[in-house]
Amino acid sequence: MEKTAANPDLRGKVIAILGSIAPEIEEAELRDDHPLRQQVDLDSMDWLNFLIGISEQLNVSIPEADYGRLVTLGDLLDYLRTKLG
Amino acid sequence: MFEFKLPSLGADMDEGKLLEWKVKPGDAVRKGQVVAIVDTSKAAVDVEIWQDGTVHELLIAPGETIPVGTVLATLLEPGEKPGAAPTARAPVAGRQRISPAARKRAEALGVDVARLKGSGPGGALTLADVDAAVATPAGSKAPAQVPAKAVDADKQTEMRRAIAAAMSRSKREIPHYYLLETIPMARAQQWLAGINAGRPITERLLMAVLQLKAVALALTKYPDLHGFFRDGRFEPAAAAHLGVAISLRQGGLIAPALHEVDKKPLDQLMRELTDLVKRTRAGSLRSSEMSDPTITVTNLGEQGVESVVGVIYPPQVALVGFGRVALRPWVEDDALCVMPTVVASLAADHRVSDGHRGALFLAELRARLQQPQDL
Repeated sequence: MEKTAANPDLRGKVIAILGSIAPEIEEAELRDDHPLRQQVDLDSMDWLNFLIGISEQLNVSIPEADYGRLVTLGDLLDYLRTKLG
Repeated sequence: MFEFKLPSLGADMDEGKLLEWKVKPGDAVRKGQVVAIVDTSKAAVDVEIWQDGTVHELLIAPGETIPVGTVLATLLEPGEKPGAAPTARAPVAGRQRISPAARKRAEALGVDVARLKGSGPGGALTLADVDAAVATPAGSKAPAQVPAKAVDADKQTEMRRAIAAAMSRSKREIPHYYLLETIPMARAQQWLAGINAGRPITERLLMAVLQLKAVALALTKYPDLHGFFRDGRFEPAAAAHLGVAISLRQGGLIAPALHEVDKKPLDQLMRELTDLVKRTRAGSLRSSEMSDPTITVTNLGEQGVESVVGVIYPPQVALVGFGRVALRPWVEDDALCVMPTVVASLAADHRVSDGHRGALFLAELRARLQQPQDL
């Protein structure tokens, strides 16, 4: 798990938000390099609510045009680190 | 005075367990107000009253399991004086008051209700009283004892059984026919992307909302595809209440109503759909949402399937299914191109409509999705 000074546990925060949408997830079983929506069975409503949770709690804006880049959990974390500086 | 009965909450529910009263005698209630919470095989449901009045008497106690149609309470009409009616309805001496569920059980078990003492509201006989009478030998002075209740069946098993019963009934009674149509989605996707690009994430729309609105608008021309088939005849729908199939994370599904979809703007539909999904998954639905759907729409494309051919949810007469929106080879203007498309399906009831009508409906649906700005 990579940590940055600005966000000591970004992965933990993101997974906590994911857990509010999909309570059945096990953090240890989530692979950062596998498509997230297949691992967690998120439909488009779940996905939207997940991204709303991230944008509200981490205070980042995520344009819809960027959704396509956010395939794996790793993609999402990289994206957020860039956004959060 | 009028009776408030347990409403039907869908084809897969024929009884419910009263969990809680939200009102007490003397309370004024408004049409649409939640007056009780009833647990069903699928979810706990907030049961709404369908007319204004004042609660007169609660006839069923929390904890009782009652069949659909059971009188739960009596209410006074607006303006009706309390006092007069109760006297008229006061039980004749020696005549036992008994809940309909208890009466049914007593009849089935051959129990003489006149000998029993009721423990329900106002001394009414309840199911538990009847069960206790069976468990206690006649003439015995032993205190009435409720037989150990069968351990609550696992909710999942119960839901699976309920779904199986409704779907078996559908396949047994409804002569289904099925039609499929591939619909180009480039215009709808481009329009949606344009709309969402200028919006904060909390106000963005999902393609599912466009699809639901297009179905509702297409239905306005084809009333024979939504409504109820009951007692051997078809009752056309008064409004386009679309049942939205929502899968539950723990398994199973519920298809509660999104009301009057044809009349609402997309933004409002998106807010209502978001709320409906949230409440469905949290187990907080209203009785009207369970009983009102006039047609069901299922979208299995999210899980990646090409198309879905559905089973009609009785007493409805049709189901629309959407598969995955994906890029596929397509011919337009005599040239091969790459096009986002979706396969829309219709399963409909041959007792009410024919394939020709169904085909026209799918063509209308396709046309509506080519004009997303008009949705």
